[in-house]
Amino acid sequence: MSETTKDLYTENMIINMGPSHPVTHGTVKFLVTLDGEKIVDMKVDIGYLHRGFEKMCENSTWEQVMPFTDRLNYVSPLINNVGYALAVEKLIGIDVPERCKYIRVIACELSRIADHLTNIAASAMEMGAMTAFLYFVEAREFIWDLIESFCGARVTTNYVRIGGLKNDLPDGFKEKTLHALAEVRKFWDDVNKLLTKNRIFIDRVRNTGTMPPEEAISYGFTGPCLRASGVPYDVRKAHPYLIYDQLNFDIPVGEQGDNFDRYLVRMEEIIQSTRIVEQALEQIPKGPINICSPEYRWQPKEAVYDKIESLIFHFKTVVEGIKPPNGEIYFPIEAANGELGFYLVSNGGGKPYKCRVRPPCFPLTAAMPRMVKGGFIADIIPTFDLINMIGGECDR
Amino acid sequence: MKKSNTLKRLTEKFPNSIIETHSFRSDDTAVVKKNDIMEIFTFLRDDPDLLYNFMMDLTAVDYMGDESRFEVVYHLYSLKFNTRIRIKAKVAESECSIDSITSLWASANWFEREVYDLYGIHFNGHPDLRRILMYEDFKGHPLRKDYPIRKRQPLIGPIN
Repeated sequence: MSETTKDLYTENMIINMGPSHPVTHGTVKFLVTLDGEKIVDMKVDIGYLHRGFEKMCENSTWEQVMPFTDRLNYVSPLINNVGYALAVEKLIGIDVPERCKYIRVIACELSRIADHLTNIAASAMEMGAMTAFLYFVEAREFIWDLIESFCGARVTTNYVRIGGLKNDLPDGFKEKTLHALAEVRKFWDDVNKLLTKNRIFIDRVRNTGTMPPEEAISYGFTGPCLRASGVPYDVRKAHPYLIYDQLNFDIPVGEQGDNFDRYLVRMEEIIQSTRIVEQALEQIPKGPINICSPEYRWQPKEAVYDKIESLIFHFKTVVEGIKPPNGEIYFPIEAANGELGFYLVSNGGGKPYKCRVRPPCFPLTAAMPRMVKGGFIADIIPTFDLINMIGGECDR
Repeated sequence: MKKSNTLKRLTEKFPNSIIETHSFRSDDTAVVKKNDIMEIFTFLRDDPDLLYNFMMDLTAVDYMGDESRFEVVYHLYSLKFNTRIRIKAKVAESECSIDSITSLWASANWFEREVYDLYGIHFNGHPDLRRILMYEDFKGHPLRKDYPIRKRQPLIGPIN
């Protein structure tokens, strides 16, 4: 065969994959240069979901930014809410009550479970495993029902407030959560049996999209993808925020840094997050959920209607916005995809002077060409799936 | 105290390049001269006592009305010592450029493209300085403070 074809004239083929391709969950365009089925070069084109997040923030009060953060990583919006609230609280220099911290941890970990479930479900489906998708989406339904029970929304949560929370957990939340987590574990066992030792699945993900640890660090990887490359960096352990230093959980680490390790790390993190939620529900104290500081956290409605001081504070904070002191801070938290950092600059006014988000999947998407070059075109699908690029967060 | 250690080492090593330092809310920050950033970043990354191996974030801030209008802000993280530092370099509007650090960290590539796209700061030596979030025919730089929030431009599809 090679004897007969070696003198034939061939040329590389350039194809457009996306911006709206069925297997790229997220609007992104790959401009792939192919030699047969081998990827010679690849350019990634993002920005299709850009909506000027920073520009909007600079023209809104500090409180009004909260619903915008829902739309960053819309698979785990509560983590973005918590990240922004913690960043502003660091800028102001306030600390929330103990009960609020526990509820925030529970909210974060439920979101992390939902995010990982969605990611693995969608990845499996895009590689042809429809059953795993259905199982995990059903499992996610249990988590979303829980989220709906305490904040009233499933996706656009807008639950966390600067200096507290919108409301407390509903009655019977602990029992409902323990039941939901038990159901999630059942689905987890099923999908684990379906995928983890499945020859067809392993052939797609093993040794594809491999990233050695040094390069992963240089590319700015964080989160499950960095840990899959064997670097045990997790913001929850490195700089414990909220009450993560009082909880027992493990950080799963991969060995080869390929797509299969990313899948395994996420699967294990689901289990670790259920552990965290169970511990937090066990230890959660009673008490207030909001700080008592009317210049930063709105007073309860009864006080606003009954007391003139509260009414004045309410009026001032709603119209002018809360006013953090002059300064700049960076606050990282561990989102489902990696380090989500907020860099805030305040000039003492009611609106952020600068509100920068460090989106964890932005550097991951930037490394796509590095991960797939030299591989087959079919490797794009598991690699792009398992870095879990979320358009809302990557493009902002 | 590891954190102040970085600032101490930095001011000892580059006394003439550091304009000021502060630690607001325990975030160590050094404002440096923009012409010396390559040496400073190489030192921060490779010095065995510092080892800032992650370039976590790169962005810019527009202080319109100040003498030097822009500030390019870098956030570094050292995995070994679990420390963070913020490096800021002032960039004037008249010579709106700074050296690219893509040779030190691959992650800088897209972050610098984003700053170029949204603020119009040029990165010298960047291998592929194109717009990234906005489309190619977009006029102006939307995150500059003098770009009106309600301004509309015709949307044109991307060019291959």
